[in-house]
Amino acid sequence: MKKENTVIVVLAVLAAVIAATWLLLVAPGLTGNEINMPRGVTSLSASHFDLHMIVLWICVVIGIGVFTAMFTSIILHRKSRGHEAAKLSHSTQAEIIWTIIPVLILVAMAVPATTALIKMEDASGAEMTIKITAFQWRWKYEYLDHDISFISTLDAASNEARQLNSGIAPESVDNYLLDVDNPLVLPIGKKIKFLITADDVIHSWWVPALGWKRDAIPGFINEAWTNIKEPGTYRGQCAELCGKDHGFMPIVVIALPQAEFDAWAAKQLADSRDQQQEADRLWTQQELMQHGEAVYASACATCHQPDGQGLTPAFPALAGSKIATGPVAAHIDVVMNGRAGTAMSAWQDKLSETDIAAALTYTRNAFGNHTGDVIQPITIAEIKRQNTEQETAP
Amino acid sequence: MSTDITSNDLDHAHDGHDDHDHKPKGFLNRWLFTTNHKDIGTLYLFLSLIAFLVGGSMAMVIRAELFMPGLQLVEPDFFNQMTTMHALVMVFGAVMPAWVGFANWLVPMMVGAPDMALPRMNNWSFWILPFAFTMLLSTLFMDSGGPASGWTLYPPLVLQTGNSLAFVVFAVHMLGISSIMGSINIIATILNMRAPGMTLLRMPMFVWTWLITAFLLIAVMPVLAGAVTMLLTDHFFGTNFFNAAGGGDPVMFQHIFWFFGHPEVYIMILPAFGVISEILPTFSRKPLFGYSSMVYATATIAFLSFIVWAHHMFTVGMPLQGELFFMYATMLISVPTGVKVFNWVSTMWKGSMTFETPMLFAIGFVVLFTIGGFSGLMLAITAADFQYHDTYFVVAHFHYVLVPGAVFALMAATYYWLPKFTGNMYSEKWGKIHFWLSTIFVNVLFFPQHYLGLAGMPRRIPDYSPQFADFNMISSIGGFAFGATQLIFVGVILHCIFRSKVKATGQVWEGARGLEWTLSSPPPYHSFTTPPEVSHNMVRHAD
Repeated sequence: MKKENTVIVVLAVLAAVIAATWLLLVAPGLTGNEINMPRGVTSLSASHFDLHMIVLWICVVIGIGVFTAMFTSIILHRKSRGHEAAKLSHSTQAEIIWTIIPVLILVAMAVPATTALIKMEDASGAEMTIKITAFQWRWKYEYLDHDISFISTLDAASNEARQLNSGIAPESVDNYLLDVDNPLVLPIGKKIKFLITADDVIHSWWVPALGWKRDAIPGFINEAWTNIKEPGTYRGQCAELCGKDHGFMPIVVIALPQAEFDAWAAKQLADSRDQQQEADRLWTQQELMQHGEAVYASACATCHQPDGQGLTPAFPALAGSKIATGPVAAHIDVVMNGRAGTAMSAWQDKLSETDIAAALTYTRNAFGNHTGDVIQPITIAEIKRQNTEQETAP
Repeated sequence: MSTDITSNDLDHAHDGHDDHDHKPKGFLNRWLFTTNHKDIGTLYLFLSLIAFLVGGSMAMVIRAELFMPGLQLVEPDFFNQMTTMHALVMVFGAVMPAWVGFANWLVPMMVGAPDMALPRMNNWSFWILPFAFTMLLSTLFMDSGGPASGWTLYPPLVLQTGNSLAFVVFAVHMLGISSIMGSINIIATILNMRAPGMTLLRMPMFVWTWLITAFLLIAVMPVLAGAVTMLLTDHFFGTNFFNAAGGGDPVMFQHIFWFFGHPEVYIMILPAFGVISEILPTFSRKPLFGYSSMVYATATIAFLSFIVWAHHMFTVGMPLQGELFFMYATMLISVPTGVKVFNWVSTMWKGSMTFETPMLFAIGFVVLFTIGGFSGLMLAITAADFQYHDTYFVVAHFHYVLVPGAVFALMAATYYWLPKFTGNMYSEKWGKIHFWLSTIFVNVLFFPQHYLGLAGMPRRIPDYSPQFADFNMISSIGGFAFGATQLIFVGVILHCIFRSKVKATGQVWEGARGLEWTLSSPPPYHSFTTPPEVSHNMVRHAD
């Protein structure tokens, strides 16, 4: 084998390997599809993106070197070209070199990796705190500094389209599977701390533009923080398998300038005062049925099904069920406190008194159930007060 | 083996130790009551081939549902059962039994022994498996459905499974017992039954990697058994190991599971390293480069595999010090793994290479496993993992190390030793077609999943936003084509065993070294009835 030939082969292989790398790592992005991690809108997401790109490029360079050597050998050192096998079987020098150099590269990588991690884990100095409670298959957001709290669920249009053979094209739904009824609204330019937990199984709260996900675990409260730089709408999803509707548990964050956020918060407070007044009056059965149908559709129908027939065996039918047609007190107890060891959630702190009363009234008088019972919001409020006293009693 | 001085009588007295074919008569005697390492190896390999097809068809269901956005074929809960069962079947039914099958066939022949050290236990460790799998798969037909919590079986979610959970737990127990008995057997064979002159540092790399794998199995299978037993008692007997409301700790399960789970990853890949270290020297006609450093690298990887488990669970919320420790330890694994890749390339360097099917699969392994290794290094970077974790990027990563990694190595091993096992040559033409189609479609299947994950698609979802539609469709097309290609593999194997007219020599491959090639093809029923003398030119390396 002549020397020049070897050089030409090496260069040709190098060019081919680089071309292949370009085809895999760059070209697919030209189709207009997103193929890389977003840079995001926070300092954490930017530092995670930079870290990702540094390590990716180091891998690319090492890969090009290894694959060039390998394919050069495959082309040159083949029996069909009459190449005779050399005798070499080891080289202590080479082996020391290719142990030490990777260690040095790793140390170089570890420096920015450690810095980024320390920054991410430092939630100190937060100016605002949001508590996130995950449960199957919704998110509850509590603004601890504002006395605002609400539940966020997959939007109705996506929910309808995502049913098996719904006949609705996903493309026809705006932000299919990535839209919710009540988005989390946050101010920009403020360090916001999140306290993340769960009620039933493990979930994970993830908005890629914020740069991280954090598991929501029953019995644990995890901390995380963000400081959003740009106003906008940022979408994410639950990232930890949490049951049948894991794929239908999106997250929407709307980041607003401080003044707009304050206006939003004020409106939320006013609305919740209105709701409180509503909860204190007596409702007619017709009002409760009407409101209950809406509550049932958003909170109960995922499991118990819109027609109340349930999905055996995990989700029992409500139509003609012993609970929904039996004594009222037992029914209220199951709905308020949930049922341990099943997917039935405790709704006491997740829905308002009015919502719970309406849903109970609705399920006791719909799907062919004819109990005629009317459950008032004030009754639920009273039971809730007793439950809370019991918990806090010594 | 009978020699000039033995009489016919003496020959009969030593019946079972004769070179001649003295296989047991009758189908049940031959297969159900067998204590022969080759027959048991064959049983393992067929079981694993069946599991590979069953697990593969579940993957087809998954890819078919993900072909387009919207739900067209299955309910989300059944989709979750498919992802769970696909993983359990592939890990415990396809890859692990396949490696035990090759160990059964090869370890006695490679170390110069007549059979495995504990032949009756060998029979038992195989025959547990079909029952364990029947039990596991039967859960899919139960009222409460199969497990739908992912193969990691995380509580509290897994505790929402119905009564079928008990069957899953018992199946895992049986699989564990089988693996532990198989490992004990392999260790006993390697440590006690080597021929004179077969010192530890002369053993073929496949024997070395299996020795280390067997220790890993014995160390971690009981841990898994303990974890699933706690699930069982939490579900059925009111304990609260993992129930936060009862004072338990759901995260503790993850720590226990991954203390098993991470070594498990190496249980599937270390024997693959061994196979590649056998095949590359043969077709490069050059000894394995850096044999001793390969042995030490394998042992180092095995040791490190015990101290990196929490990198599977960075997002559960750990102290900063913990995250840093697991990040550094995980990054370190790339050093011995890198040594292996560099040694393989150096083995090929300045060789005299030919490219029969086993060599093609081995080269495919080195390239594609290395890509999986790179994404592994990226995942080790904790802060970035807060983006990667639980996305399709992770799915792409572990499929790269398991499919063109472990599974390609299994295919390479099949093509490499099948002529030795059967005495017949396989069809080189169809073997090469199988290789090229597999290599093309495995990349069409898995490479786009990197983009999906980075762009924000979580794993284990049955439906997705239309922004992910293009690459999911490409991935599904790759999946269907890769699945169909494996039917060629089945065809080549069956043709080689039953129809091939081309006989294999004892040597089979020009450059092959090692004791198994000194036997006839197919080898005698009892491999070495008298220990062979192991001379230096019979070993595969020149260190």
